[in-house]
Amino acid sequence: MNFDYTEEQTLLENMVTSFVRDDYDWDTRCSIVKTEEGWKEENWKKFAELGLLGVPFDEDQGGLGGEATDIMIVMEQFGKGLVVEPYMPSIILAGGLISKLGSADQKNSIIPEIISGDRRYVFAYAEPQSRFDLFDIKCSATLDGDNYIINGFKSVVFGAGMATHLIISARTDGDQRSKSGITLFLVDIKSDGITLQNYPTIDEYRASEVVIENLTVSKENILGELGNSYEAIEEQVDLSTIAICSEAVGILQVLKDSTNDYCKNRKQFGQSISANQAIQHRLVDMMIEYEQAKSILYMAITADLSNSDERRKAASAAKARIGKAIKFVGENAIQLHGGMGVVDEYMISHFFKRATMIGILFGNVDFHMKRYTDLTQSNIQSINEDDGINLS
Amino acid sequence: MDTAFSSEDLKFQLEVREFISNNYPKELKDSIGTKRKTGKELSRDDLMSWHKILGKHNGWSAPGWPKQYGGAEFSPTQKYIFEQECARAECQYIMPFGVNMVGPVIYTFGNDEQKAKHLPGILSGDVFWCQGYSEPGSGSDLASLKTSAVKEGDHYVVNGQKTWTTLAQHADWIFCLVRTNPDAEKPQQGISFLLIDMKTPGITVRPIKLMDGSHEVNETWFDNVKVPVENLIGQENMGWTYAKFLLAHERSGIAGVARSKKALERIKQIASAEMSYGEPLIQDPAFKSKIANAELELSSLEYTELRTLAKDSAGKGPGPESSLLKIKGTDIQQMVTELAMEAVGYYANPHLGTTLSNEYVGPDYATNLSGSYFNFRKASIYGGSNEIQRNIIAKMVLGL
Repeated sequence: MNFDYTEEQTLLENMVTSFVRDDYDWDTRCSIVKTEEGWKEENWKKFAELGLLGVPFDEDQGGLGGEATDIMIVMEQFGKGLVVEPYMPSIILAGGLISKLGSADQKNSIIPEIISGDRRYVFAYAEPQSRFDLFDIKCSATLDGDNYIINGFKSVVFGAGMATHLIISARTDGDQRSKSGITLFLVDIKSDGITLQNYPTIDEYRASEVVIENLTVSKENILGELGNSYEAIEEQVDLSTIAICSEAVGILQVLKDSTNDYCKNRKQFGQSISANQAIQHRLVDMMIEYEQAKSILYMAITADLSNSDERRKAASAAKARIGKAIKFVGENAIQLHGGMGVVDEYMISHFFKRATMIGILFGNVDFHMKRYTDLTQSNIQSINEDDGINLS
Repeated sequence: MDTAFSSEDLKFQLEVREFISNNYPKELKDSIGTKRKTGKELSRDDLMSWHKILGKHNGWSAPGWPKQYGGAEFSPTQKYIFEQECARAECQYIMPFGVNMVGPVIYTFGNDEQKAKHLPGILSGDVFWCQGYSEPGSGSDLASLKTSAVKEGDHYVVNGQKTWTTLAQHADWIFCLVRTNPDAEKPQQGISFLLIDMKTPGITVRPIKLMDGSHEVNETWFDNVKVPVENLIGQENMGWTYAKFLLAHERSGIAGVARSKKALERIKQIASAEMSYGEPLIQDPAFKSKIANAELELSSLEYTELRTLAKDSAGKGPGPESSLLKIKGTDIQQMVTELAMEAVGYYANPHLGTTLSNEYVGPDYATNLSGSYFNFRKASIYGGSNEIQRNIIAKMVLGL
């Protein structure tokens, strides 16, 4: 048993680490989020040059054929730099859907363009009433000759303002909360019938509300089978959930290490505040939370993700447990930084904000605790005294 | 044991409730409501107009002040009722810097000229005060402050930097702790309490942006600021005594029970409108149980506050137990802001009202709820961090 990276993985980690260190230092990152666009297209080109945009795609499509561990490596380092370019939404989630469901033609025409950085897809799934249920869809697509006409509203679509294309989940059949009858459509973001309302998020990323009015999409631009996309959506969201858990673990490391340093250097009443046992114990608990978060992430990426039940359990276990760590480590990082923790100027609050928003993305602690419970606790057998179990 | 209000108290409660409903301006409610929805900051008028109305009504702007200085001189129970009713009606709260902080210091330790000059403006709400205590490097260890005041003829010359000066951007006056004797044996012994006109040359106020993007606090710089000696409160080098007195006053109402109750009510409304698993969120067992938990914490705290109040009414004065009110009060405020953020799911993300966006998206009630969760991390840090409050209880209450 070992948890070591392969030689290729170590090279990948070194590459992303040096990108964050050399091209994405704190001041650079702060200047990027203040621009109107909220990202830097040049960085996307750099990702393409470095081969990062191809990490999860198959080698016969020009990708690196990377697995969960490779994605974790990229996301963890991006977390440490709070990289705002839409890597997860575009490459992991939307890219994953296209890889999984695309026809040979669709894959051959789209994936090389994604890997080269010329196209960016993002997936518009959430709706105001859906909360975290991916199947709760009001957005409708009705057949009209060889086309579908789509009408609906998608909420908080991350990275839409930076995208060239959208994947839209719409209902071609079934009730609002039915898992069947969900169809995915590939559309150019500039199509008539799509209006974006772009805005910054509290953690300085960008998202959009997407208003879809009489959008005409030809049948050829259906991704996957008509009315049968829910399983694939759930799978790709699970894999993306594990990806953002990796980002969170990178962020937690920064929160924990920076707080440690701060407490050693900050003097009050004539000594470092870390000389107080109350503070020491808090720092220790933060470290324990971080290690537990990292461990559950390793559990998730080494699980059999091709088995859908294992994958569901792994994603929810990681997201629920890491969500708890985010709250504990994040809130205590701010508390121990005192006044320096609550200001915008100092970097720690930005890491806390991003981690907190990751806590909500694809479902918060309650959502994933419930999902994990439903998946794991339904077949508990009652105690048979003959088994010799003695709890007294 | 009897927790019912007396018939006089109930009469008073009705009087306050009626006064608020007849006098709280609709325009103010609308103005604050609109700004809340669009993520904009409140103006000086928004902050002060209710104060000004109360100032014209039997000194209600200063519930705890003695009548001789124009205050309402409410009993502790009346103060409690008054605060509850204001929170219930969601009135803009009264800025504490004048009424609760410097006012009592001036009428307790100031001379007649100082009382005549400053108390009326505090009472009426025409003069906006801010607090110059904290400095970079001296947060919870307040006595380590370095801003110096050197006496030259009939002036002090003040040099140094204050930080976390809340709403200094609106302030007309600042009350400051300054070091007048750098050679004192103990750091507490060389500190004086000065009142400084914010228009005096040499004062610069620079905004500090908090993590939610709001501008509530500032850095305030003093560069050879000449302050007339008549602005010294009490005796030179005795400022620490006045500061401690002030801190005891700052504690009253710090639990914020009534406000948190109101916020919980609001969360229940939000959770009735938000959907989860196809049902209103308020029916989600996990969420419901968190609301119930917050209510239990709040109920306990309310009775802890009432017990403190009863002791206070019996003339025993609030003791270091008030640290308990600060710890639990801020704990609950943070719990409540987190629940509100959680209630709106993905709509915790949009950051509205910034220069980067003119869009107003999502339900009105969701605007800035994550901002408020992030903003309220300050509550367990300011006014003596909750770690310091625990030290106080350990030492003063438990005798450890």
